[in-house]
Amino acid sequence: MAGNAWRSMLSQVGGATKPALSAAFSRRGMQTVTLIPGDGIGPEISAAVMKIFEAAKAPIQWEEKNVTAIKGPGGRWMIPSDAKESMDRSKIGLKGPLKTPIAAGHPSMNLLLRKTFDLYANVRPCVSIEGYKTPYTDVNLVTIRENTEGEYSGIEHLIVDGVVQSIKLITEDASRRIAEYAFEYARNNQRSSVTAVHKANIMRMSDGLFLRKCREVAENYKDIKFTEMYLDTVCLNMVQDPTQFDVLVMPNLYGDILSDLCAGLIGGLGVTPSGNIGANGVAIFESVHGTAPDIAGLDMANPTALLLSAVMMLRHMGLHELGSKIQMACFDTIRDKKVLTKDLGGNSKCSEFTDDICRRIQDM
Amino acid sequence: MAAHSAVLSMSKIFNPFWGGRLGNTVKVFGTSLTSHRNKGSRSPPPAKYGGRHTVTFIPGDGIGPELLNHVREVFRFSCVPVDFEVVHVNSADESEDDINNAITAIRRNGVGLKGNIETIHTMAPSVKSRNNLLRTSLDLYANVMHCQSLPGVQTRHKNIDIMIIRENTEGEYSSLEHESVSGVVECLKIITRTNSLRIADYAFKLAREKGRSRVTAVHKANIMKLGDGLFLQCCREVASGYPDITFDSMIVDNTTMQLVSKPQQFDVMVMPNLYGNVVSNVCAGLVGGPGLVPGANYGLNYAVFETATRNTGKSIAGRNIANPTAMLLAGCMMLDHLKLYDYATMIRNAILSTMNETRLHTADIGGQGTTSEVVQSIMRNIQSKGPLTA
Repeated sequence: MAGNAWRSMLSQVGGATKPALSAAFSRRGMQTVTLIPGDGIGPEISAAVMKIFEAAKAPIQWEEKNVTAIKGPGGRWMIPSDAKESMDRSKIGLKGPLKTPIAAGHPSMNLLLRKTFDLYANVRPCVSIEGYKTPYTDVNLVTIRENTEGEYSGIEHLIVDGVVQSIKLITEDASRRIAEYAFEYARNNQRSSVTAVHKANIMRMSDGLFLRKCREVAENYKDIKFTEMYLDTVCLNMVQDPTQFDVLVMPNLYGDILSDLCAGLIGGLGVTPSGNIGANGVAIFESVHGTAPDIAGLDMANPTALLLSAVMMLRHMGLHELGSKIQMACFDTIRDKKVLTKDLGGNSKCSEFTDDICRRIQDM
Repeated sequence: MAAHSAVLSMSKIFNPFWGGRLGNTVKVFGTSLTSHRNKGSRSPPPAKYGGRHTVTFIPGDGIGPELLNHVREVFRFSCVPVDFEVVHVNSADESEDDINNAITAIRRNGVGLKGNIETIHTMAPSVKSRNNLLRTSLDLYANVMHCQSLPGVQTRHKNIDIMIIRENTEGEYSSLEHESVSGVVECLKIITRTNSLRIADYAFKLAREKGRSRVTAVHKANIMKLGDGLFLQCCREVASGYPDITFDSMIVDNTTMQLVSKPQQFDVMVMPNLYGNVVSNVCAGLVGGPGLVPGANYGLNYAVFETATRNTGKSIAGRNIANPTAMLLAGCMMLDHLKLYDYATMIRNAILSTMNETRLHTADIGGQGTTSEVVQSIMRNIQSKGPLTA
C-alpha cells in the first residue's frame, strides 16, 4: 500500500517522471492481477475488459480465479486457498458481481472477501459521464466509506420478545485508519477538501469519536481543507447541488447510503466504479451492480462499471496515462451514442460496445 | 361520560334486578368507551378561555426565533384565535431544566411550534440532544412530512408527491451509548415490536385517510436481520389489515438511488428513525430545499410542529434571508390540528399564491426577496382575500 501510494504520488509530481515510471514498470515486466469473473454477467464483462486491456497493450497479466465459499478446518467458511494465495501475491484484484445464494448457510461472498483481506476502505469516485444524461451534471466527488465496523458489525440480540438491539461499533483504530486513508487519497489524487459525514448531535459518543479521529488526522494534512457536516445536511445539499462536495469520509451505514445516492446521481450502479482497499496492501476493484441473471450469456451486458473499476485499478498502480486513455475511449463511445447497450438506452450488444472502445484505443 | 351514565340509567329502567350487576359491566365497558374516545389520536386540546387556544412556542436557535416571530405576526394579522406561550431553551446550558420547562408547557397546552435547538459538540456526550429529549419525553412517535413539487419552484424533478412517515422515538436515536473498552464505543439501536406496529398502523391509517394507494417500507433487513427484520415484519402484519393499500418494501440504499432518478414512483413511505432522516432530507432537497417543507411530530396526546428538515440555519440567522415558508406552513398544519381549518386554508393559500403566482422567492430557491418582503406579500394576499384582518 505504501509503495503504491509513493509511486502514484511520484507520478503526480511533474509529468516528466511519468514516462520514466512506465518504462520502469515495463522493465519490471507485467503486473499480475487476480481476476474474479463472478457470476451471471460476470464472465462476459470480464472478458470485455480483458479484450479492451489487450487492445490498449496494458502490462497486465490476468490470473483468473473462482471464489466459492468452502468450509475450512474449524468449521469456518473461507475462500479457496489458491484464490487467497494468488491475491496475496499479486496484491491487486478485479472482481465481477458475485451472487449470494439465500439460505446457503454461508455469509455473502463479498463479506467473506472483506473479512479475509481486511478491506477497510470502500472508495467510490462518482463522476458525471458526458453523454449519459442525468438530471445532475458536473458531479465530481469521491465517497470513502469505512467498511469493517459501524452499524454493520452484525451484532444483534433479541433482548425480550419484541425488543431487538443492534449494536453499532465505532473504534478509535478503524476511525483513524479510514481518516488517514481519506486524506492520503485526497493528496494523491489532487483533491482539495475532505468532509467528514456524521451524526454526532444524536450519537454523541460513537460519531463523536469518529469525528475526533478525523480532526486529529486532519492536523497532519494542513494542505487539505477539512470540514464536518451532518448526514442530513449532506443529503439535503447533495440533491440540490452535488458540485459543492469533494471527498467524503464516513462510517459504514452512512457510507452505504451516500455512496449509492451518489451512484444514482451519475446514472446508477451500471456505470459506477468501486474499489476496496485492504490493510496489507491488497486492493480489490469491483463492479457493484448485481449479477443480472436474466441477461447472462445473451451478450447484452454493459461492461462500463467493471471497466471504470479497472481504470481505477490502473490509477492505483500508477499507470495514470493508460487509465486516462481507456477512460476517454469509454466515455467517447458513450457520448457518441452509436453502440450503446440496452441499459444505457441503445440497442447494441456488449461485444459491439467493447469493439468500439478497442477501436478507439487503437486509433489514439 | 354522558354515554356511560345514560346506559347505566337505561339499564336500571329496563331491569331493576340486574341493574346493579349490569351497571358494573357497563362501568367496565363504559370506561373503555370513554377512554377510547379520548384516545382518538389527533383530538386537539379543548379551547378554553373564550374560544382561544394556547400554544407553546419554542424559538430555539439560529433562524428559529425570527421565523417564529413572523408566524406570530401573520397569525395576529389574520386574527387567528391562538395565544402563544413562549418558552426559551438555552442550548449552552448543561442542565435539563429549560427543556423540562418546555416539555411541561407542551403537556399543559397540548400543541407546540418549535424551532431547532442546537446541540453543541464541545459539551460532554452526556448532554443529550434537546430536540430528541423533547420527542421521546412526549412520545411523539410519528414524524410526518409531505413533500410536494410546487409549480413556482424550479427543481430538477417534477410531479413529486411523497408522504414520509418516520418513527420518531427509537431506532438509532435511542441515545444509548457506552465505551466498554477505551477506544471502542458501542451505540445501541433499539427496535421494538410495539413501536414498529404503532408507526406502521399510523402510516396505513394516514394513507387511507388521504386516499393514497401504496405504502413502501424502507429498511436494511438484509444486513440488520433482527432489527430491521422485525420492523419489516410488523409492517407486513399491519399491511394485511389494509387490503385496499398496496404494500412493498425497498432497501434504503436502493431507495435513495431511486429517489434521485425517479422520485415519482413513491407514494407513502414508512421507515425507522435514521433512514427517515436521510430520506426526508433527500426528498426535501428534491422539492426545493429546507425552506419549503413543514413537518409534524404526532404523539397520542401531543403534537409539535416544526420545519421538516430541522435545520438551525446558523449561517443565515439574523440576515433576513431565511425562507419563512416552511415555518408558516407548519403553523398552518398546527391550525388544522386545532381544527381551525378556515384560518389554516386562508394562510396556506396566501403562502402558495406568493410562491407560485407572485413568485416572490428568497435566496435559497433562487430569488432575491428578503424574509420580511415575503411575509408582507403573504399578509397583503390575506388582506385582499380574507374576511377580517387586524
